[in-house]
Amino acid sequence: MYRFNFQPVFDNLDMLAHGAWLTVQLSFAAMAIGLVVSVLGAVAKTSGIKPLRWIVDAYVEVIRNTPFLIQIFFIFFGLPALGISMSPNTAALVALVVNVGAYGTEIIRAGIESIPQGQIEAGRALALSPVQIFRHVVLKPALRNIYPSLTSQFIYLMLTSSVVSVISATDLAAAGADLNARTFASFEIYLVLTALYFLLALGFSTLFATLRRVFFDYPAGR
Amino acid sequence: MIREFSSADVLFILMAIRWTLILSLIAFAGGAVGGMVLALARTSQARVLRWISMSFIQVFQGTPLLMQLFLVYFGLAVLGLPIDPLLAAAVALTLHASAFLGEIWRGAIQAVPQGQSEAATALALSYGDRMRHVVLPQAMRTATAPTVGFLVQLIKGTSLASIIGFTELTRAGQIVNNATFQPFLVFGTVAAFYFILCWPLSLLARQMEARMRLAVTR
Repeated sequence: MYRFNFQPVFDNLDMLAHGAWLTVQLSFAAMAIGLVVSVLGAVAKTSGIKPLRWIVDAYVEVIRNTPFLIQIFFIFFGLPALGISMSPNTAALVALVVNVGAYGTEIIRAGIESIPQGQIEAGRALALSPVQIFRHVVLKPALRNIYPSLTSQFIYLMLTSSVVSVISATDLAAAGADLNARTFASFEIYLVLTALYFLLALGFSTLFATLRRVFFDYPAGR
Repeated sequence: MIREFSSADVLFILMAIRWTLILSLIAFAGGAVGGMVLALARTSQARVLRWISMSFIQVFQGTPLLMQLFLVYFGLAVLGLPIDPLLAAAVALTLHASAFLGEIWRGAIQAVPQGQSEAATALALSYGDRMRHVVLPQAMRTATAPTVGFLVQLIKGTSLASIIGFTELTRAGQIVNNATFQPFLVFGTVAAFYFILCWPLSLLARQMEARMRLAVTR
């Protein structure tokens, strides 16, 4: 009969809490930079300049149809062959940005295309200034349309980020792996790690749902 | 000894694709059964069933696949079973696929208009007949595109099995890389193989989705 031993986990909760904090930081940094990449990608895709569109299309397709694990291996182990060496933490951030940028490009493009031309013309007919039109007629409704996709993408990114521990970048999963190497209470450690990730995911989805109610909860005609 | 990256290595990596495919097929088949049970439980009248299936889906969608793999891997030892990477990967990916397919199919079932169920009930069809002949055939039409889309996610997910020591496409690449130390070439090749597996499925999913949208708007 297996005897559970949670003592090593409870003795090192501060270490796991610190790991969780690193995961949150990494996810936010990756999402923030990834959003910039996404907006640039979406603008390039909708710009009508063909070579630009092909490049972005190729980027999106390659990233979406290969595993994140291979992407991070390629960036961390493969790129030094081209003279681009990074520390594990930097490589982890770059890999996550490259990954989320591809998914984000599609989300933002959908957001841009979700605003009908007539809506902008209606804004003009109401004598709104270009800035007002951009803010109230384009930006806010577009954000409202893509908000659910963006927030679930963030949570997916946070869960995916556990993979960065395989190149020895520091995060929650890496903190767990460290603890496992010292105490061998494997099942107990991974049970608690899984629970911590679940709490993070649950916490953020609750936060995002609250924010949605504050900012975007107004009736819209369809 | 470091040797050159040769055609034998490409062949070794190529042969490992079958394990990626076998693992994907096991997880998809198991996930289809589990997903169907979950989808029916999620849409059932019984509150307890709805609650249990919802919790299962939430947990598996709200935790990293990597953690699920580790938990099952070390969990086998807890149950007194021998630790076997293929078994652990197959079980973890099956549970993972069950949760995602269950959620996709729940949506598809709920997208069938309520009146269809009511009409079937009015015709005195049993629950089984109603699902089999009325609801599920219609739900299948909405479900196929996202199901194919999930298959791509599942194939990519099998790469994580390499971390618990199962030799599929990704781990074959790592092994070759350790011997040749040509990471750019090796992981580039591995990425290309994944792309060849996944891209056609992505295109198919997109095409199905476009056709569905056309059918709905028309």
